[in-house]
Amino acid sequence: MATEDDLKVRDLLVRVLREHDAEILDLWVRAQSERAAVTALGERELRSEAAGVIAALREGLETGLPVGDVVERHAPAREAVVRLSVRRARAGVDPTATALATLALKDTLLDVLREHTDEPGALFSAAITVNRLLDAAGALTFASYVEGREEIIRTQHRQMLELSTPVVRLWRGVLAVPLIGTLDSARTQLVMNGLLEAIQADEAPVAIIDITGVPTVDTVVAHHLLQTVTAVRLMGAECFISGIRPAIAQTITQLGIDLSTITTRATLADALAEAVRLLDADFPDMASERVRSAL
Amino acid sequence: MRPGEASAVDAPVSPVGFTESTHPVRDEPDLLATRHAVRSAAVAAGFDLVGQTMIVTAASELVRNAYIHGGGGTLTISAIGAAHGRRGLRLTVADSGPGIQDVEAALTDGFSTGAGLGHGLGGTRRLVDEFAIDTEAGRGTTVTVVRWVT
Ligand SMILES: Nc1ncnc2c1ncn2[C@@H]1O[C@H](COP(=O)(O)OP(=O)(O)OP(=O)(O)O)[C@@H](O)[C@H]1O
Ligand SMILES: [Mg+2]
Repeated sequence: MATEDDLKVRDLLVRVLREHDAEILDLWVRAQSERAAVTALGERELRSEAAGVIAALREGLETGLPVGDVVERHAPAREAVVRLSVRRARAGVDPTATALATLALKDTLLDVLREHTDEPGALFSAAITVNRLLDAAGALTFASYVEGREEIIRTQHRQMLELSTPVVRLWRGVLAVPLIGTLDSARTQLVMNGLLEAIQADEAPVAIIDITGVPTVDTVVAHHLLQTVTAVRLMGAECFISGIRPAIAQTITQLGIDLSTITTRATLADALAEAVRLLDADFPDMASERVRSAL
Repeated sequence: MRPGEASAVDAPVSPVGFTESTHPVRDEPDLLATRHAVRSAAVAAGFDLVGQTMIVTAASELVRNAYIHGGGGTLTISAIGAAHGRRGLRLTVADSGPGIQDVEAALTDGFSTGAGLGHGLGGTRRLVDEFAIDTEAGRGTTVTVVRWVT
């Protein structure tokens, strides 16, 4: 229930936010640049961001929402706070500095209120209101910061997966995937999709999977390799596996896995030579085109 | 190795201390971590590249079985031997899953109750020098293997 006093305090806060917004803005931005390592953000960005938060909070208060709910339920206020936080997460600002940003606004608002209010009673109520308003902002800042960092980690994880499974064009008509690390189901799916798409786009008759960078080939990795080879063959292309070191070859044999239906070579260079031989025999057109394009 | 420390090559041949470590097998990242742990233990025990590759692959199979079929468990790596100058690694992979119904069948190449190739258990037996399975329906499975440095 909003009592008359509550309304008065809210009006006071709204008035201060409106009439002294430039002062609040200056003080808040200065407090942030002094206290925290937000240099990554730049003064201008910081100012426009701060102006957005201040305006959105004022509008939120004017809607008559309970003070503690303004940040959560007034969409522009929520968005402004989330944006502030996520931007810091992306810029690599640490969590403490990010939390300090909202705390600094609290201090700033209280300072400005103190300057423009003579009545101690009103000041006290206003301070409580400011706390209620910005505690919610602090909580939201932290939650969105964590969410922002997690988003970055997810993106980097995806990028790393993709980075580590690039399809390269070794030769006209010959694609290669140099695998590094392990080949779990998610990775296999990525490799397979990437390879099949590239085969189609390039109309490549041969693909080479190089496993020089795969330290352990157990039954699961072998199974995934076999599945990939089968998928490539279904597209009418040939698939070689290269980079099978002696220790790996002996281990695969002991596991009783039969790779005899697959063309395997010790090195990527050997596999490429084999691929070119195959192309010259089966695709003489491509060979002559190659010679032409080489000239 | 830090400067000033004697290298393993320079050091007089002394009995290997009895070292043992236990590693959880709860999720996918643990599968990778256990492979790394076995790799370092194998290097420390003096396995050559083929030996390392084989024991790491055996560990990979057993640990994955404990994770997939046994619902998770533990891997214990023990450096053994020394007394007769023989050195090796013992791996004990234990889970408290459903147990293996028919051990004979499970060891047969191509037998899988899942979507695997069914070469894991039989292949592991060929990759090591000693192999034992202790399993009971409803109680779990413990597979112990030993590979000696050649
Ligand atoms: N720890 C375990 N607990 C319960 N059942 C097991 C366990 N280990 C193996 N099994 C059973 O033995 C079967 C054979 O195991 P094996 O490792 O040879 O093949 P797989 O795991 O099915 O496939 P992969 O070739 O990928 O290893 C499994 O399908 C499973 O039914
Ligand atoms: Mg298995």
